[in-house]
Amino acid sequence: MRPVYLVCGGVSKFAKARPEVTFQAMVKEAYDYALADLGLEFGKAAELVDASVASYFSDHFMRQLKAGSMVQDYLGLCPKPSRRVEGGGATGGLAFQSGWEAVASGRHELVLVYGWETMSRVNTWKGNEFIALASDANFDYPVGGFYTGYYAMMVVRHMREFGTSLEQMALVSVKNHGNAVHNPYAQKRTAVSVEQVRAAEMVAWPLTLLDVCVMSDGAAVVLLASEAGLARLERATGRRARPARVAGVGGGMDAMRMADRPRGEVMLLPHEKPGDYPGLKYPGVHSFRAGRMASKAAYAMAGIGDPAAELDFVELHDAYTSSEIQTYEDMGLARYGEGGRFVESGRPFLPGLDYGVALPEQGRLPVNPSGGLLACGHPVGATGLMQAVFALWQLQGSIGRHFGNERLQVRNARRGAIHSHAGTGTYVVVSILERAFP
Amino acid sequence: MADEKPAKLPESVEGKVLFNVPFPADLRQLKSMSPIVVMQPYRIDYIHSYGQDSPFFAGLANGRLLGTRCGACAYSYGTPRLHCMRCGAECEWIELPLEGSVHTFTVCHFGGEQFLKETPFVLILVEWPGVATLFLSRLAGVDCARPSLDWVGMKVRARFRRLSRFDPTDVYFVPA
Ligand SMILES: [Zn+2]
Repeated sequence: MRPVYLVCGGVSKFAKARPEVTFQAMVKEAYDYALADLGLEFGKAAELVDASVASYFSDHFMRQLKAGSMVQDYLGLCPKPSRRVEGGGATGGLAFQSGWEAVASGRHELVLVYGWETMSRVNTWKGNEFIALASDANFDYPVGGFYTGYYAMMVVRHMREFGTSLEQMALVSVKNHGNAVHNPYAQKRTAVSVEQVRAAEMVAWPLTLLDVCVMSDGAAVVLLASEAGLARLERATGRRARPARVAGVGGGMDAMRMADRPRGEVMLLPHEKPGDYPGLKYPGVHSFRAGRMASKAAYAMAGIGDPAAELDFVELHDAYTSSEIQTYEDMGLARYGEGGRFVESGRPFLPGLDYGVALPEQGRLPVNPSGGLLACGHPVGATGLMQAVFALWQLQGSIGRHFGNERLQVRNARRGAIHSHAGTGTYVVVSILERAFP
Repeated sequence: MADEKPAKLPESVEGKVLFNVPFPADLRQLKSMSPIVVMQPYRIDYIHSYGQDSPFFAGLANGRLLGTRCGACAYSYGTPRLHCMRCGAECEWIELPLEGSVHTFTVCHFGGEQFLKETPFVLILVEWPGVATLFLSRLAGVDCARPSLDWVGMKVRARFRRLSRFDPTDVYFVPA
């Protein structure tokens, strides 16, 4: 397979509702930003881009089938080929990897991946109903389908198994909201305290309103290139690109019904040993086996032996504070059972920011420096691509230019991971990005 | 939150039906016009089949809780599957004990629109000794205002709705 580079990206404004634009125009906002950042003119881009991948989750939210073709024509990319990729909350990450495949295989030199979601078109509780239809509609949904409820059950088991505390979960919210204060793209830019998280309205015990991400309207795009594609862009723009190389990709799946997950042996990463987890029944409903599978494959491809030591930052799918803690463990940033203590240690916080809590090892491995889904928002089809864009800007050292301030810039970031996750850990993908310019 | 919220009338989408909107004489003003937002109702009746899982629902209507067991490898399913995930062989129907225990739970204070009026309600995953997988259900008869981790492991007993709906809520659990 050929090397694939992430060249540029753009993110639209994420908001609770964007009634002033249709979804096509929202994607164009992100696309125009990406092209301007690269110095490529619209008509020239339409000429150079070989193909696209459309990333959006729910047809229900729009009551418009085949919406991808409407974005393709709005961006002036017809008659170039396109396809849609869908996998619940992981749609963006899956679409990113689908774009990677199209370039790595040699089929295309330049592939645009665009994603969006317009979730404001129905009321919040109808929206929750649509999302819950991404659980087994015969056996799970009719019992009281509600995703926050599903994740609450998963973390209750995590608490029972490992002693994870409500305060540890709240610290994830403190961190991600605290980071987003400095991210102009974020939907929520208000710092919160542990006390505020616990005092917020209960959604599904033990998860409160501040443990849960919000629904959003938003769009994001990335441009992927082969070496030949990069040369094409550099000729057209007269500038040297500052890309990231996609050094590893991995994916995994688990059974749709949580009830069906086995209780067996832990799937080990290279830095773990048999015997590390005596008696632990895995994954049960406390861990995401698909996240472990995805991480393992991505690390193997990128040559990563100990992720906590070899990654400079991670943007992961924190739809819930609880699932961020569970994901630390699946990704091997902490051992199974130690995710709560990992956040308490301060390691996943950014150095140099004041979060109002004592953090003994603050900033060793920033996780969700952007503010993550909890604060940026979660316009499903755009989310995984937003992570890719923020990761690219980290690796370019260009956060200051894009955010208008340097506070969230991870110093000298050379390698990062992005992680995209769908309902209760069904589809999960992990991609590793490395700085690929001098 | 500690602060009192300001008094507010409840919001709903009911309101007047509008048949006209203002239009500027100067077309250049159109780009500063507010978006037109319209209500589009959407309702559909599906003719849905439970297929090979149908006996499960027939069981609930008759006060029987059914799971399955693989004829080839003996792996057993607390939520029925008619083909084994482990070996692909066809499974057989088995009757599950009416008494099990809580593997995990939550109290839902919100929900999808369809279930919002039923909140707060308790969701549980039920486990049985010797059955490899779990079953999602509701738990009635506990205090939703006092959830506790101690509920994990609680012995629970199945009850059946008298008037069947032919969905999985025809069975629910209560503390045993
Ligand atoms: Zn079998």
